[in-house]
Amino acid sequence: MTDVSPKGLSPKQASERVALSITSRNRKEARFLFLGQLAVAVAMGFLILLFAGILNKGMPGFFQYYVALDVRLDAGRLDPTNQMTLESLAGGDFDGVIRDSLYQALGNPEGRKAKREARRLISSGSGQRLMTYVLDHPEHLGSTVSVQFAVDDDVDTFLRGLISREIPEMDRRISDQLIDYIDALDAQGRISYEISDYLFFGSASRDAEMAGIRGALVGSILTLLVCVVIAFPLGVATAVYLEEMAPKNRLTEIIEININNLAAVPSVVFGIMGLAIFIVAFGMPRSIPLVGGVVLALMTLPTIIISSRAAIRAVPPSIRDAALGIGASKIQTIMHHVLPLAMPGILTGTIIGMAQALGETAPLLMIGMVAFIVDVPSGINDPGTVLPVQIFMWADFAERMFIQKTSAAIIILLTFLITMNAAAIFLRKKLERRW
Amino acid sequence: MSESMVDGTTQVAGRTLPDKTLGQIYVDNPRVKARDVNVFYGDKRAIDNISLDIGASQVISFIGPSGCGKSTFLRCLNRMNDTIDICRVEGEIKIDDQNIYDPLVDVVSLRARVGMVFQKANPFPKSIFDNIAYGPTIHGLATSKVELEQIVESSLQRAGLWEEVKDRLDQPGTGLSGGQQQRLCIARAIAVSPEVILMDEPCSALDPIATAKVEELIHELREQYTIVIVTHSMQQAARVSDRTAYFHLGKLIEVGDTKQVFTNPNHELTQDYITGRFG
Repeated sequence: MTDVSPKGLSPKQASERVALSITSRNRKEARFLFLGQLAVAVAMGFLILLFAGILNKGMPGFFQYYVALDVRLDAGRLDPTNQMTLESLAGGDFDGVIRDSLYQALGNPEGRKAKREARRLISSGSGQRLMTYVLDHPEHLGSTVSVQFAVDDDVDTFLRGLISREIPEMDRRISDQLIDYIDALDAQGRISYEISDYLFFGSASRDAEMAGIRGALVGSILTLLVCVVIAFPLGVATAVYLEEMAPKNRLTEIIEININNLAAVPSVVFGIMGLAIFIVAFGMPRSIPLVGGVVLALMTLPTIIISSRAAIRAVPPSIRDAALGIGASKIQTIMHHVLPLAMPGILTGTIIGMAQALGETAPLLMIGMVAFIVDVPSGINDPGTVLPVQIFMWADFAERMFIQKTSAAIIILLTFLITMNAAAIFLRKKLERRW
Repeated sequence: MSESMVDGTTQVAGRTLPDKTLGQIYVDNPRVKARDVNVFYGDKRAIDNISLDIGASQVISFIGPSGCGKSTFLRCLNRMNDTIDICRVEGEIKIDDQNIYDPLVDVVSLRARVGMVFQKANPFPKSIFDNIAYGPTIHGLATSKVELEQIVESSLQRAGLWEEVKDRLDQPGTGLSGGQQQRLCIARAIAVSPEVILMDEPCSALDPIATAKVEELIHELREQYTIVIVTHSMQQAARVSDRTAYFHLGKLIEVGDTKQVFTNPNHELTQDYITGRFG
């Protein structure tokens, strides 16, 4: 039973039925719109929460407490052989000089226990810091100067108010005696809260107050450099070959499927492969940015190839026809017309791949870049670590100050990423032909 | 359109296809000589045994319904079909007595001799100057910058575009109007001084005024070049060409002087097509 006559619906019937369907269509559209907006709102909400959380936790990590001490730079004690070199200074008693000025500032405490507590006040890296100061300012040797030293991480945590005085002495990490010393120095105006130079210029350290990201940052840059130098030309060349030159046969098809599959392979697998090939088979050293970069290049290759192919495919065929029709060879057509037009897309894909590589931890753990390396790598053959691995390691440490340092390092990593993405957008806009 | 085999002959639209091309295939002073050309897309035969001479200093137009193979045949003449993987060309096409499908022939130098203008104007996304200069540059036609500028100017002059663009040569070619873009593409083709110019429906996307300009241009270029034009417009074929070839289902049905083909066609299919009974 239908109302449809052999001649079809009359216009009146049809418009009635359309009117009926329109309400439900509009409702569906409104629902879809609402769900879409809800999804965006939820995503934005989480993003804001994430950023607020990280900034809130991380901003204090950019600062730390310093104590200013008047140090008498006694040439005889610091540079016994009077050569002013790194080697000769290594024999100097920097810790002793700092200790003396610390005792002096605290009114010369008596007894071993009191002195030991006093020594816990400043960072164990202070001697190193003073040595660097002397090397930089040899003219001050022999005079008394005011130098800032980082306070120990427990003292720092206390100064931040994270260790309460109310807690019984037995249960807190710093003694009443130490708190008295801190109060005394604070009363003299010697304690200050400043931007942490250790965070930016220090390297990996077990002492939270001295830990910095410099080594990891340099390691990240070197690793990415290796990665881009290998992955970009290889990826673009592969994409050009597959899109423009490869015969359409079974073999090409298999290669294409495998490249697409590689994009979905968990990154840790690339790490195992790097371990097996570069370290075990080729005998390359562990922990070096060269191996890390190669592994990350292999990991980012599929991303670059896939996005480059899409960009190349998006170049209108009429441009190829025009170039070929005028007598340009295949390579000329590609180099002069196709690649320049595809470049914005290729660069975007590459930078997205690089950003992925920058944030990658798992494959680098496999090739030993998780090692504790204090020195800043001076080349791609020098052992080093990278930012995300550094964050991973810091997050593992028990000291409370590492929480802030970890968050600060995350902020630096994010800044790095945002800078890269901004560069991608800038390059895209600059290269994109708007005609 | 129904197609059936009746008594061994192919019937199309109630008409019988001829066994061989009617009219004058051969001309006195040929520049292009095509003999027994067959083109296949995979297993499908797109061009069925076509032989045709194209005279020097002559305009020939290819007409016929969509899918009749006229564009395919045109693209054989500068081997643009090479870019299609499944396309296979058999037979012989000689330009100035050289078989262009000879393995020894370099397709790059062939295309420098046989220029092409496409259906949709396709200027490079570069400046007007660079659009014209590209061909001469890659073929090394200009020995100095001054020469290159001269080539660009004369090409634009001959394409009738110089007066319109001489003050904005550094501006993108894609910013021109549709008709200007098509004339830019013609200028780009003649900048490499080809012998033959192939035009694949050059006016299909243009308005009547722009079309008139392009046709005028074809008139002027006929002195110097052999021009092959594929068109869907009967009037255009009648206006611009010396000879007309009618294609149908991959076959060359008939070819002859334009006047004769339009006034007194040899075959009923041609008659049907030019009188607008189908197509």
